Amino acid sequence: MAEVAARRPPSRLRRAANAYVSAHGRALVGALGRLYRTPLASLMTAAVLGVALALPAGFLLLLANLQGVTAGWEADARLSVFLKTDVAPDRYRALAATLEQDPDIAAATLITPEQALEELRAVSGMQDALALLDSNPLPAVLLVQPAAGADPEAAAALAERLEALPDADLVQLDQAWLQRLASVVELARRGTLVIAAMLGIAVILVVGNTIRMAIESRREELVIIKLLGGTDAFIRRPFLYEGCWYGLLGGVLALLLVETALLLLRGPATALAASYGSALLVQGLGMDGVAWLLAAGVVLGLAGSRLAVGRHLRAIEPR
Amino acid sequence: MIRFDSVSKRYPNGYEALRGINLHIRRGEMVFITGHSGAGKSTLLRLIPLLERPSNGQVLVAGLNLVRLRRGLIPQLRRRIGMIFQDYRLLHDRTVYDNVALPLVIAGVSPLEIGRRVRAALDKVGLLDRERVYPVTLSGGEQQRVGIARAEVSRPPILVADEPTGNLDPALSWEIMQLFRDFQRVGVTVVIASHDIGLIERLGQRVITLERGRLVDDIPAEAA
Repeated sequence: MAEVAARRPPSRLRRAANAYVSAHGRALVGALGRLYRTPLASLMTAAVLGVALALPAGFLLLLANLQGVTAGWEADARLSVFLKTDVAPDRYRALAATLEQDPDIAAATLITPEQALEELRAVSGMQDALALLDSNPLPAVLLVQPAAGADPEAAAALAERLEALPDADLVQLDQAWLQRLASVVELARRGTLVIAAMLGIAVILVVGNTIRMAIESRREELVIIKLLGGTDAFIRRPFLYEGCWYGLLGGVLALLLVETALLLLRGPATALAASYGSALLVQGLGMDGVAWLLAAGVVLGLAGSRLAVGRHLRAIEPR
Repeated sequence: MIRFDSVSKRYPNGYEALRGINLHIRRGEMVFITGHSGAGKSTLLRLIPLLERPSNGQVLVAGLNLVRLRRGLIPQLRRRIGMIFQDYRLLHDRTVYDNVALPLVIAGVSPLEIGRRVRAALDKVGLLDRERVYPVTLSGGEQQRVGIARAEVSRPPILVADEPTGNLDPALSWEIMQLFRDFQRVGVTVVIASHDIGLIERLGQRVITLERGRLVDDIPAEAA
């Protein structure tokens, strides 16, 4: 057989290739045609898939937006270096000037004990209580801004270095809460991935069940095709394409759901951002996101139909 | 073309449908398998396209040893055998044309060639003007002719028919048998299971009689 195939003239080969392409084309279009002939049932299945795909896609998009916002905040991270109360004014002024030169530091601002007391007096309304003090109990503080582009680890390293200075009493990293927020976001992201995996399994099962029913309803036809010499691949093909179409339709519906949700959320989100004085731009799925969503739909649909086809087609034998 | 060597078929429930069948059908022969219902006619026919596997013995069809045929090669075997059924087994949601075209679609024949060959096959059975209708609108005799056109369209060397005239009146049955005669004349091996003794005798072809799974009689064709 192999030698015969090797000696085939190219025209024969091309004919085989044409037959292959036309068989696939037929299965592809035929599968879409079958979905079209039962529009309501097909749409309902696709809607289930759409919701199942839209949920994780929406969550991931939400997290991406949240991370986009907090990334802006991280640049604002600052270190407060509280100096010991016995440090003399010329020493802390010199220290501020030295830190200003440090390559890891963008800016170091000095708040003298007098300024701090002034501020406290202004904001706290505790003038009378403060008047009772015979000396200023407040230390000098250096507000240190890490160099641009410093990540949380670099900021933490800088904090450690400053804490080791002989004049420093306490270094407070204002970023701690940001790190906690980042952990919360990371936790939410992991949770979303777990939910996405579960919903992915749901998509596979829904498609699998739909294809199983399609196989059952066409049992008689499949038996006849087997009688007429149809190969397993020939019988399998239309169902695999049907699964792909379901996945693709589900992906498109998920896309519509996510974009609609974005449209509804964009107004309030922008208003909220404006109240914080920032021009928040809610970011959409983008080309990459759309491609990923549709690809996920197709792959899961194919997986579901493979599952059904593998299990049920062998059971169909001519009687 | 078809050879049975001491073939037995025992079903899992212990029923013995065929016992020690030896049979040789040559290329271009027309053979009737007859006998009472339950004699094993259908079982014998079903062994040829491997709808059943024999419990014992060997079956050779068109040079293929069916006992050793891998599952993946069964479609290749079935494409060499045109099958015709008592209940026609047409697809009712497809037109006559699409029903007849199905074996060619399965075999991957080009659309242009399919059109040509489907029309030739329908012309042969006299249904060329009905290609656009659905099988339910046809009479029993017409549906069986669609079934024959479907079996013949891919020009298989063997035709196997299980009670093809079981549901038809004598005049229609005679017409159908003439179609099979025509195929035989161009070299197709035709095997027909039938219990219509009167019809079979008038055709004067080889007749094999089964009785409770045994081959009890083998009358050769009358010299024409």
